[in-house]
Amino acid sequence: MAEHMLPSFVRKALARRESTLIILLAVLLVPISIRSPQFLSASNINRILNDMAILSMVAIGEFFVILSNGIDLSVGSIIAFTGMATGMINESYPVVHPVLLLLVGMSIGAVMGLFNGVLVAYGKIPPIITTLGTVNIYRGLTFLLSKGTWVTAHEMSESYIGFPRTTFLSISLLLWISFVVIAVFYYFSKFTRTGREVYAIGGNPTAAKFVGVNENRVRVVVFLISGTLCGLAGALWTARYASAVNEMATGFEMQAVAACVLGGVNFSGGAGGIMGVVLGTLFLGVVTNALPVVYLSVFWQTFVQGLIILIALALNTISDQRKQTKLLAQRRG
Amino acid sequence: MAEQKDFVAKSRLIDEMSLKNRMIEFFTKWEVLLVIIFIAVFVFFTIRTPFFLDIFNLMNATFQFSERSLMALPMIFIIMCGDIDISIASIIALCAYAVGSAAQAGASIPSLMLIALLVGTLAGLFNGLMITSLNMPAIAVTLATQSIYRGIAIGLLGDQARTSFPSGYGFFGQEFIAGTIIPFVFVFYLVMVVIFAFVLHKTTYGRRLYAIGNSAEAALFSGINVKRTRIINFTLTGFFCGLAAILLSSRILSVRSNIATGWDLEIITLVVLGGVAITGGRGSVYGVFVGSLLVGYLKFGMGLLRFSGTLMTIVIGSLLITAVLLPRLLDLYKANRKLKIQAQRKEG
Repeated sequence: MAEHMLPSFVRKALARRESTLIILLAVLLVPISIRSPQFLSASNINRILNDMAILSMVAIGEFFVILSNGIDLSVGSIIAFTGMATGMINESYPVVHPVLLLLVGMSIGAVMGLFNGVLVAYGKIPPIITTLGTVNIYRGLTFLLSKGTWVTAHEMSESYIGFPRTTFLSISLLLWISFVVIAVFYYFSKFTRTGREVYAIGGNPTAAKFVGVNENRVRVVVFLISGTLCGLAGALWTARYASAVNEMATGFEMQAVAACVLGGVNFSGGAGGIMGVVLGTLFLGVVTNALPVVYLSVFWQTFVQGLIILIALALNTISDQRKQTKLLAQRRG
Repeated sequence: MAEQKDFVAKSRLIDEMSLKNRMIEFFTKWEVLLVIIFIAVFVFFTIRTPFFLDIFNLMNATFQFSERSLMALPMIFIIMCGDIDISIASIIALCAYAVGSAAQAGASIPSLMLIALLVGTLAGLFNGLMITSLNMPAIAVTLATQSIYRGIAIGLLGDQARTSFPSGYGFFGQEFIAGTIIPFVFVFYLVMVVIFAFVLHKTTYGRRLYAIGNSAEAALFSGINVKRTRIINFTLTGFFCGLAAILLSSRILSVRSNIATGWDLEIITLVVLGGVAITGGRGSVYGVFVGSLLVGYLKFGMGLLRFSGTLMTIVIGSLLITAVLLPRLLDLYKANRKLKIQAQRKEG
């Protein structure tokens, strides 16, 4: 076979999910940039990255939940509640500094995530049911909080709306925040004890318990992370889109899950990495932004996203199964 | 071993002897609890508003929830096997789009029905084949097909609507059984409840679903064609999406690409609230039937009392969580009781 002629480090690199995604991304970018040279211009890349910054944070939170063999369907509702809360605080007290608003958003999100986590860990309710319930509850609470009204751009302070757009070293603060989130959680997932415990619980909960991993604690932690990041995302969302409406981020959980699936995160838990999730988010962003370039109406966006997820899923599964047969063959041989 | 057998026999004896224990056993069954909650809801709304306990209103309310309750029935089969389908609302949208477009092109009512059922069945079959052929998790596959099916409807329909239907098409979703005040959809739903209850509880197919849900491997080794059964479940659900699309488009006589948005989660809520374990292998059609009526009339009553839709989502979300939490607490309570009784016996 041809792949045996490649040096081993190349083969190893190719076997990694991240490199496959980078190659796919490159393959995708060639025809797009031939068709529309502006697509790869600095300003357009900057725009795509800014569009994807919020999703990348939420997808990282979702990643940890899926890694622990769960799912968090409540992310969109947590974003809506925290976004509405920070928007209303900003409307009533414009003096409050945007950074403080972000912290408030994160705290509220943390409480909501904690509630999910406690129900899952100590109530022993499956994550999908718990978050199916709280997706409704949190969305309902958003309506109760806002009494059905909106916070519009002219009711918000300049400093808050301008916050995500403020640039530092010609990169927006929104992007800087997402870089920090990515870096922190990359470190967390690779080099901290709790981070590795999430992998252990997702991969084999029974074995993990035998080596002394506190399963309940891990389950609470993953939902806490997801909730906190959604809170951050909510506060940024309100500022970036300069409005807080009750329906904001509806269905966002599907995009977050999609980014994880594209990034090679395994639904049965225990496999995947932060860089894959980030690349998956980027991939979604490029595809969405490339649709007008190939003269496809934006109405086809949903369809194309679904198709890509399905293909990525099938590729993931096939490569996993091939790896397993290889391992079995090695053991026998 | 002998001791264990002894314990089982003893505890059975205790259960059989004491009427009180049997009562506790009965009232802590989820289906029975649901009926009690259902009655409580009825009493509450009857006291609060004179318009609730009115046979015309109660019958009219069924228009609002019959389609969703109907979709919960095939979903029982899917969840019973430990699968899940979050693409049903999108299949309904796709079928409704097909129906609306065919109607605009001048198709007759029978051909409209055929189109809806065909599109739905194919979409469900595709789900089933994708899930079983590569052994991919159902939630991931249907997450993707959710976007694909809805995406086709959005892509082809854009911001347009289909509103021209042949005369008489409104019968399925709007009319009553001749000479009565009972809506056609509700009767249709009731008939389906009976059929599904029969299949799940009285046929080998139904028993197979429980077996697969409890242990797919054990079911496979005992000669059940697990793959085929799962494909049938998804195809059946697709077929029912076609039915729901007919009923829904007939009721509102307008098809937009956002039709039935959010129904996936609502319908799964009905099934889980009805006592079907999300991990599969446990539950009944009766529970889901009572649960569906409960949610339907809860919404109706709250609407009469002018509660906002918001409060309803909170109530239904909380109901879902309690529905799963409560049986666990009850199980704990039962186990504790057994231990206590055993301890008392030993002392005595």
